[in-house]
Amino acid sequence: MKVREFAGQLNMEILTGENGLEKEIKGMYICDLLSWVMSHATKGDVWITVHTHVNIVAVAVMVDIPCIIIPEGIEVEEATIKKASEEDIAILRTSKTAYQIACEAGKLL
Amino acid sequence: MSDGIIRKSFVIPANDFTIAGEASSSVKKMLIQLGADPQKVKKTAISMYEAELNAVIHANGGVAEVEIDRHKVFIRIKDEGPGIPDLELAMQEGYTTAPDSIREMGFGAGMGLPNMKRYADKLEITTEVGKGTVVEITVFLTDNEKEDH
Repeated sequence: MKVREFAGQLNMEILTGENGLEKEIKGMYICDLLSWVMSHATKGDVWITVHTHVNIVAVAVMVDIPCIIIPEGIEVEEATIKKASEEDIAILRTSKTAYQIACEAGKLL
Repeated sequence: MSDGIIRKSFVIPANDFTIAGEASSSVKKMLIQLGADPQKVKKTAISMYEAELNAVIHANGGVAEVEIDRHKVFIRIKDEGPGIPDLELAMQEGYTTAPDSIREMGFGAGMGLPNMKRYADKLEITTEVGKGTVVEITVFLTDNEKEDH
């Protein structure tokens, strides 16, 4: 499923404009330890994290994560949004918890 | 890929998390352009990113020198930081000396060196307390190279 459709179906806010919306999502990964994510996430996973600093984009680039989801309405730094847009990685945001997002995504992916 | 060697060096700036990972990200993109196997690209990207971040977090930055030929990627990351007093301990998963501010960012889980060891085909670390650390990572790009080196 494309990021655009995924964001629409889950009614998520898209913070990065049109960037990265055509990428394909194959699965999901949830973790906040960056080294762990790099080591265990799989290419094509959409990633849920509470971190909002710019390095989440670098981690996503390293493992070919097409899209980052920020749960619980957390504010995202401007530098992070800018960097993600440059790297063509979408950042989505929702007021839901990681668990709620995963439950809904599980029906789609 | 041709028989030439591509050499590139990067400055890793001190305590600047906004551009931490840029060097690894550039190398990853170079390898993709060169048509390297995605699995080898991943191994290189992860091991180099961990080494780069360590230089940013622990050592006031440093330099990364990268050599790519058709058989391998060789990465040397040098810093003039505090050095590692007990390398064996530092290699253990979960052991960390990162401050709380770093851990709050999701780094400093004590996985950096273990990840490098896991993803590099060859890892050599030379360190001296008070002088600095040199991390040398080799990732072979062709599967039959391991035996030859």
